[in-house]
Amino acid sequence: MSEAEIKNLEDQFDAKIARDEKIEPKDWMPEKYRKTHIRQMSQHAHSEIVGMLPEGNWITRAPSLRRKVALLAKVQDEAGHGLYLYSACETLGITREQMYEDLHSGKAKYSSIFNYPTVTWADMGAIGWLVDGAAIINQVPLCNTSFGPYARAMVRVCKEESFHQRQGYEIMLSLCNGSAEQKNMAQDALNRWWWPSLMMLGPTDAESTHTDQSMKWKLKRKTNDELRQQFIDQTVPQADILGLTIPDADLKWNEETGHYDFGEINWDEFWQVVKGHGPMNKSRIDARRNAWEGGAWVREAATAYADKQRARKEETAQAS
Amino acid sequence: MKKETPLWEVFIRSKNGLEHRHCGSLHAEDAEMAMNNARDVYTRRNEGVSIWVVESTNITASSPESSGELFEPANDKVYRHPTFYELPDELKHM
Ligand SMILES: [Fe+2]
Ligand SMILES: [Fe+2]
Repeated sequence: MSEAEIKNLEDQFDAKIARDEKIEPKDWMPEKYRKTHIRQMSQHAHSEIVGMLPEGNWITRAPSLRRKVALLAKVQDEAGHGLYLYSACETLGITREQMYEDLHSGKAKYSSIFNYPTVTWADMGAIGWLVDGAAIINQVPLCNTSFGPYARAMVRVCKEESFHQRQGYEIMLSLCNGSAEQKNMAQDALNRWWWPSLMMLGPTDAESTHTDQSMKWKLKRKTNDELRQQFIDQTVPQADILGLTIPDADLKWNEETGHYDFGEINWDEFWQVVKGHGPMNKSRIDARRNAWEGGAWVREAATAYADKQRARKEETAQAS
Repeated sequence: MKKETPLWEVFIRSKNGLEHRHCGSLHAEDAEMAMNNARDVYTRRNEGVSIWVVESTNITASSPESSGELFEPANDKVYRHPTFYELPDELKHM
């Protein structure tokens, strides 16, 4: 294809998206669109899967059966989200095995938030409330993104997220209505998860490289800073109901802008964690790699069993 | 061992009276495993009363390049639509 022809196809493609038409896997698409989507969707899938680890840590130690079944169901949902997204991503021609390999080798990233440890039960509350809360803000606009399989997966995911956030907030609420020690535990969890949750919404607009292109392809509807502001504005009143203090001395309602002003985010910490130097990076990747390698014999057995069944079927078909 | 686990497409009937609809895909070695996985991945909240799983290699799909020859012939057949026929306004129940 000549350059002019490609340019023409790209113009038609952009116009299609601008008209709110969806792109489906077999449609022509610019190579950059395919690559960007594989990167973002696989990164999103990895985040769901790695995201099971911090919470999985507390399932056996949940304080009651009610909390245990809820947490178990939530973590199972996250596995489901990962699977919806992996299979949506595979429609672009990358294999599941390749995606796992990229995660395990460190080539593919996942959300920085999951590289923090979950040290008390209150962290289950803070994660559901803040981390799933921030994830919802990120994900809702993606229900209208231009790539059909991604948009459809996000619709399913968003339907399930609201339970996640509510179960987290309910944990916080119980702790805050409990003993002084329990309330302290809730405050401590908020102190540790607040800033990483703000960072989770991505680098500031000035630092963010792909925003223009992502806006055009509807991978983004609002900038990182807009999403962050939205998150802060909706979360501060929720902290007030709990009677907890947001760990930011500069946080103040701004009558003029109609938003909360907030303090400086420690972006050095963010980039450290992204580059692999967060408290749990190594442990998370080790856990994923061990699960994959330790599970190899199960996959091999399943293959062997399926082959055997197939052979047996063919044998009986020939005999009859 | 570098073999990839086969891909299956999952279709779900959300309730009787409605058709099965494609809802996504998954990997499984055989139909039974595909069915079990489909139950866990796609129907955790009563989303369905019936599941079909089809190994993806068994699906023949039309390609977007041939959509012209496949679908354009219908474009100029306006007489297949009720609005093509000009009838008086007084005419009722038709
Ligand atoms: Fe999720
Ligand atoms: Fe979630």
